[in-house]
Amino acid sequence: MTDSVPAGGGQPAAPRRTPLTAIHEELGASLTDFAGWLMPLRYGSETAEHNAVRTAAGLFDLSHMGEFSVTGPGAAAALDFAVTGEPSALTPGRARYTMICAEDGGIIDDLIVYRLAGTEFLVVANAANTASVGAALTQRAAGYDAAVTDRTAGYALIAVQGPRSAAILGPLTSIDLAGVKYYASYPAEVADCSVLLARTGYTGEDGFEIFAAPPDAGHLWAELSRAGAADGLVPAGLAARDTLRLEAGMPLYGNELSADLTPFDAGLGRVVKLDKPGGFVGRDALARRAQEPAARQLIGLTVQSRRVPRHGYGVLWDGQPAGVVTSGAPSPTLGVPIAMAYVRPDVAASASDPARAGTADLAVDVRGRAEPATLVELPFYRRRS
Amino acid sequence: MTVPSELYYTPEHEWVAISGDTASVGITDHAQRALGDVVFVSIPVAGTRVTAGEPCGEVESTKSVSDLYSPVDGEVSQVNPEIDDDPGLVNSDPYGSGWLFKVRLDETDGELPPGLLTATEYTALTREDE
Repeated sequence: MTDSVPAGGGQPAAPRRTPLTAIHEELGASLTDFAGWLMPLRYGSETAEHNAVRTAAGLFDLSHMGEFSVTGPGAAAALDFAVTGEPSALTPGRARYTMICAEDGGIIDDLIVYRLAGTEFLVVANAANTASVGAALTQRAAGYDAAVTDRTAGYALIAVQGPRSAAILGPLTSIDLAGVKYYASYPAEVADCSVLLARTGYTGEDGFEIFAAPPDAGHLWAELSRAGAADGLVPAGLAARDTLRLEAGMPLYGNELSADLTPFDAGLGRVVKLDKPGGFVGRDALARRAQEPAARQLIGLTVQSRRVPRHGYGVLWDGQPAGVVTSGAPSPTLGVPIAMAYVRPDVAASASDPARAGTADLAVDVRGRAEPATLVELPFYRRRS
Repeated sequence: MTVPSELYYTPEHEWVAISGDTASVGITDHAQRALGDVVFVSIPVAGTRVTAGEPCGEVESTKSVSDLYSPVDGEVSQVNPEIDDDPGLVNSDPYGSGWLFKVRLDETDGELPPGLLTATEYTALTREDE
């Protein structure tokens, strides 16, 4: 038996450890080099971890994520120029999903921007893109009265995700969690540690992300584990995180998002504020792209076979190449393989035509054999409430 | 990681138990740990000719898919009937109820099929992996 699909990108240097790596080792996690960081892939069964997040709660170490503070009187204007959204319009304490694009409109990364105060923002980037996001932010802020600081090493990031998250976290914090809105953040005390507590996540469930000082990370992890045990909270690794975000239809940089694609390709044109004052990097290219007919469309599909469509596999329409799978996995919640794929817009339209439902026109080339597929609306999974 | 001493192994992480003219085949504990949760195994049906070192099936897990190689030459005589409904047996009991298929060996002159590793050799190989 040999792997015909590589497990992930390798880095030449020894991977960086997070403040929690030693705890993951004690827990017996399978560790993997992810974007230059030694991260837990799974602690036991990734399917059990996935299901725990859907039904109870999971505890994630996300300390590999990149963090940048952008501060100063010109911070809001600098970010408006740097990203596709309009951070200046955020109320202090609120956050927004956005993207940072190149001049040609290609996506450098997708980001969450938190406005901590009038002149203070926190920008969270993917680990693999931390260097390019830092370079772009620094360059773009140069003309403004604003300072960009890489704070990646200054934060441990722990996420509690799942329907039991608020019940688990509540007794550990002074904050009334009922008043913490989705995509809001507050300075808070959690288990006697000063943290930034945000109601954000990447799992399709309710949940919280806790930005903490690295020396506090071990204590927080232990206290959250203890507080959540009775509610079914388990540590969850990157394998579960990937299937959770895929079921929730959330894009992943390197799969659905890349420098060759614009936010419009990914169906995320809503994050591009073409009309905001002052312009921004990539505006002209994105304005043109907004007017053009789409070259591709991101779709969701399921296959009837148990052979799984994977990243890079071809999508077929009437036996002819029609697109490519960007992410695919066996879905623990749906019980069948699911995938996201870019296909030609005419194929997306035909495949979603009810008159053609049930025919075998749409398929995925799974290692040489066409497996019939069905187009389904994204997301694959939406939580109740 | 367990590597039972009475079994033989392939460099592709299958195990083989030889009894008379029949070889039972599965994947190793090392392999199931590396793969993660197994969700589907495609196994050759009974009667299929298999050749040592040639792919004869697929193992689908959450994160990846791997080819399954036959460790021996012969004809598939039996397939584990439980695996289709419960592929997780490969994870929970790789050397027991998670066995995959049995092969009637072509040569029954009492000699081991060539190219197989002992438990000691296989253990050394998996250490190199790490």
